[in-house]
Amino acid sequence: MKLTNITSSTSEWTAGDGPLQSIVITSRVRFARNLARQPFPGWAKKAERTDILNQIQPAVVALPEMTDSTSLQLQDLTALEKQVLVERHLISREHAAKGVGSAVIMNPKQTLSIMINEEDHLRMQAIRPGLQLKNVFKMIDKVDSALEAILDFAYSREIGYLTACPTNVGTGMRASSMLHLPGLVLSEQINKVIQAVNKIGLAVRGLYGEGTEAMGNLFQISNQTTLGEKEDEIIGRLTRVIETIVQHEENARAVLVEKKASTLLDQVGRSYGILTFAHSMSSKEALNLLSIMRLGIDLGFFDQTCRVSVDELFMETQPAHLQKGSQKKLATDERDILRAEIIRAKLKAFPKPDISKMEAGPTTSTEPKNDE
Amino acid sequence: MLCDVCKHNQATVFLTQIVDGKMQKANLCESCSKEKGVTDPTGFALADLLKNMGGAEQIEFATPVEQRCPTCGFTQADFKKTGRLGCSDCYATFHDGLDPLLKTMHKGTRHVGKVPARQYRELELSSRLKDLRDGLQRSVAEEDYELAAKLRDEIRTLETQVSAST
Repeated sequence: MKLTNITSSTSEWTAGDGPLQSIVITSRVRFARNLARQPFPGWAKKAERTDILNQIQPAVVALPEMTDSTSLQLQDLTALEKQVLVERHLISREHAAKGVGSAVIMNPKQTLSIMINEEDHLRMQAIRPGLQLKNVFKMIDKVDSALEAILDFAYSREIGYLTACPTNVGTGMRASSMLHLPGLVLSEQINKVIQAVNKIGLAVRGLYGEGTEAMGNLFQISNQTTLGEKEDEIIGRLTRVIETIVQHEENARAVLVEKKASTLLDQVGRSYGILTFAHSMSSKEALNLLSIMRLGIDLGFFDQTCRVSVDELFMETQPAHLQKGSQKKLATDERDILRAEIIRAKLKAFPKPDISKMEAGPTTSTEPKNDE
Repeated sequence: MLCDVCKHNQATVFLTQIVDGKMQKANLCESCSKEKGVTDPTGFALADLLKNMGGAEQIEFATPVEQRCPTCGFTQADFKKTGRLGCSDCYATFHDGLDPLLKTMHKGTRHVGKVPARQYRELELSSRLKDLRDGLQRSVAEEDYELAAKLRDEIRTLETQVSAST
């Protein structure tokens, strides 16, 4: 199965380096496109969907960006394999529910993934680490321009690209960034931020998009509307808002260091203790504790080299990734035991939190952070 | 009372629907009501049913039969049920209903973003054609027939280009 190639290699966006990456985990842009005058996937019959897939797939695979790509037909995948792809953000949860006539094609770096017959005929996304929405937009825009020369996309002069759901009509573009905001959560400012962001027409969602809970202090921020605004205006507006949120997060962390040092030390110490010694852990608990560890690294309680291990654990402790090594499907309690085992093994090499900087005074402890 | 559809069984399901302020009524037996999908309120359109029955002259059809997309057969009831459209042509078919919806959903009502290269060329051609036609009218009005003939030839070449590209 080709899928092992995907899971055995680390995707560039989890291992790579990007601007402001201590707070902005990823930047992602997706375009929705459809073939003109052909039924949308949700309304098409099985034979029509297969026909549409056969029109689109060769065009996608032939793209220079898609050299050595992996193509997967959804009906060939097990539920576990689909879930692995969801956890890697390579397919949406909606796409994971699809079968015959749906496929996903991704490049070896896993920075481009093209879903065929999701809600729209084409959902193509680019994803990179850190805050770089503009670059990510350029990546997917190039793919789109190459495809439109071959495929007849549904487009109207008045309302732009035509999509299955009217909420995507126009640019068909959704740009989003995943932010790690423990400082704003711990200082109880996050709801104020979410409200402010909503007020200016942007959406805040949890880890896996629409309708999901914000676990591990991870939040996705994206544009809400797609009609009446140019792509680069949307990207620019979103980038400015994210930069402001990053500033607020940095301020919140500085205030925590200065005014609530003992709370902070307690949180980091507890997270370290539980992660190092627990023998059973749910994925939600793991995410929340790992989030505090990540904060601890940002604040200098652990060496910067520890970051990669923690980031890997974010991915490896997700339910499907956890089970991909085992032969059979594991029950929840078996998973929790295995998860704790993996975390303990990885954190064995971690030294205890270094709190000397904190004791030396708040001014020095905030310094390395401001250099970012 | 007998069923309006089969005119055989006793009617047990009495339907009233108000469409555009006009009341429409139908009396159905249980099996006909099931067959017509009356149990599923979103998928059921009384107007459709009455239209097919014939002999129901006493009821005035204030609204046309529910619109159906000529390309994919999608109806407004399907949209109500799923929140998604059937195909790209549905945007033209259901334009009147969608227009106010788009207004509430989005920042604007006109696309100002990316234009696919193919459409961009068409757009350019058509705006050049318009300029030439304006020029032709002007030159005829000014009795500059030499210029008019030249413009007419240019328009012809462009027109063949446009029809070739579509």
